[in-house]
Amino acid sequence: MMLSKGLKRKREEEEEEALAVDTWWLDPGHPAVAQAAPAVASSSLFDLSVLKLHHSLRQSEPDLRHLVLVVNTLRRIQESMTPPTTLPPVPNPPAAPSVADNLLASSDVALSASVASLLEDLSHIEGLNQVPQPLADEGPPGRPVGGAPASLGALDLLGPATGCLLDDGLEGLFEDIDTSMYDSELWVPPSEGLKPGPENGPGKEETPELDEAELDYLMDVLVGTQALERPPGPGR
Amino acid sequence: MGEDTDTRKINHSFLRDHSYVTEADIISTVEFNHTGELLATGDKGGRVVIFQREPESKNAPHIQGEYDVYSTFQSHEPEFDYLKSLEIEEKINKIKWLPQQNAAHSLLSTNDKTIKLWKITERDKRPEGYNLKDEEGKLKDLSTVTSLQVPVLKPMDLMVEVSPRRIFANGHTYHINSISVNSDCETYMSADDLRINLWHLAITDRSFTDIVDIKPANMEDLTEVITASEFHPHHCNLFVYSSSKGSLRLCDMRAAALCDKHSKLFEEPEDPSNRSFFSEIISSVSDVKFSHSGRYMLTRDYLTVKVWDLNMEARPIETYQVHDYLRSKLCSLYESDCIFDKFECSWNGSDSVIMTGAYNNFFRMFDRNTKRDVTLEASRESSKPRAVLKPRRVCVGGKRRRDDISVDSLDFTKKILHTAWHPAENIIAIAATNNLYIFQDKVNSDMH
Repeated sequence: MMLSKGLKRKREEEEEEALAVDTWWLDPGHPAVAQAAPAVASSSLFDLSVLKLHHSLRQSEPDLRHLVLVVNTLRRIQESMTPPTTLPPVPNPPAAPSVADNLLASSDVALSASVASLLEDLSHIEGLNQVPQPLADEGPPGRPVGGAPASLGALDLLGPATGCLLDDGLEGLFEDIDTSMYDSELWVPPSEGLKPGPENGPGKEETPELDEAELDYLMDVLVGTQALERPPGPGR
Repeated sequence: MGEDTDTRKINHSFLRDHSYVTEADIISTVEFNHTGELLATGDKGGRVVIFQREPESKNAPHIQGEYDVYSTFQSHEPEFDYLKSLEIEEKINKIKWLPQQNAAHSLLSTNDKTIKLWKITERDKRPEGYNLKDEEGKLKDLSTVTSLQVPVLKPMDLMVEVSPRRIFANGHTYHINSISVNSDCETYMSADDLRINLWHLAITDRSFTDIVDIKPANMEDLTEVITASEFHPHHCNLFVYSSSKGSLRLCDMRAAALCDKHSKLFEEPEDPSNRSFFSEIISSVSDVKFSHSGRYMLTRDYLTVKVWDLNMEARPIETYQVHDYLRSKLCSLYESDCIFDKFECSWNGSDSVIMTGAYNNFFRMFDRNTKRDVTLEASRESSKPRAVLKPRRVCVGGKRRRDDISVDSLDFTKKILHTAWHPAENIIAIAATNNLYIFQDKVNSDMH
């Protein structure tokens, strides 16, 4: 299945780049690592994963395994796109959040909302379809499956960490992105409970420079995202 | 390995030429029964075709034990789920034979949602000589009946009859990926992405409680799914299931009704030198099989097959590289979605050789004792009937021999996902898209 069938890439070079340097994301110790700038190839892989996620969500009944694997891979990629906290800050002052970055941020949030609400829908539908069984099969007791709409939960992550989260373990699929694109710690494993505290300092000095062509491409993704979204929840 | 080949192609009248593949004809599962006399295949169009091995005959010794079509039937039809407003595919995901308990054969076949128990019976006699009916079944004119006769059974051409005996529906919200019959022959389990159900073969209106449920309370927390499961061949209380994160959980049903607390977790720590963005995807286990002895488990992930000892959870005891040359191509394979392909694996009857499929219609065999391996190809072009299969080699640069295939010319649309090994003999069934190949070893089982 060719994912990119019918989807025009804004930059043909990007695709060639991705294929030519297809070993770079191996551990740097690997001899096959190419010399291309990691940041550029990383955004190709990121975009590819986002596309895959969209494609998966577009199916009437998504392949859960495919979805989960793509989501987890996307997490790893996002993790790698921010420098770790331990690195010394780069001398140049952090750029003020540009329009492009906000677009990227809100596209992720929209994505987050789509995926979260879709998965939540899956469990809602399951409630309708369940065969009567001797034992309740709603999984481990605790939060009811058909609880508050997930989109609300994802959206609540928009603001800075106020601590007023709907549920614990909200890290879920996608992290708090909006200003946390600049966070050092993007993703916390669900087992760690509540979301980490207020964002750390400007850890995002190395925001990839987004030129106009990439901006256009992002806009396409955004527009594509918005076409897919569930009906807007409160706060949107 | 010196082998005769015996090629069988499923005959489909809608194939206009040999290169045109109808989607519905794509084989989706292959399974020998417990004696190896019967071989069942399921396809994307919901059909099951059963092959039977011809008894060896002195008259035609060269046709020893070849497989011929025994029965064909439509197992599943496409369905429409009105609640969710989506179509349920009729593709047969898995077939499992029940151990034979009388003259009839039985098998379970499943698509994404519904499991069916089929009974296969033979009829080779029919009663003749009714008093009131004539040969065609029409009522006789009573005035012509002057004497009474006892109807007798006369031989007739063999007729194979297949009938659905049970339909196990509405047990799964997610897609069924495996079924497995218990050694007690009374129960079986079915697994989907998040749950495993236990069924009694005689009861269809409900399954027992979920014996495994890994659905998180909040679906946003979903990070792992069940990929395969199987009952232990001898211990009816033990079963294993594998996950998309590459782990195996061996569960004991005696411990708890809901086996969320796995009794043993088998997981190999990630190799830091091989870490990449795709580490998790390639570690996802696509198939798990107990050895015939019940002492080991075999798992298949994207690049390797691994043998696990039930007594050692920390790591597999053996790892075999299926196509390590793909490790540097993971990005393109991710892009094309090939990295998500699910290959199956098999043991031979004595648990000494392992087999699994790969790309370019290649399949691989690993001899656990000699540590030798071989790559063979299943294709009409390269194997005429009764020819000996020639070992193939994929070259990754460096010295290239004459018949080597280079990695870049591998055909990734030709994947051998489904393979099966006869329970006792060296006979293997290989599904290559819409073609079924059955290879028999007529010499001994030395491998090159």
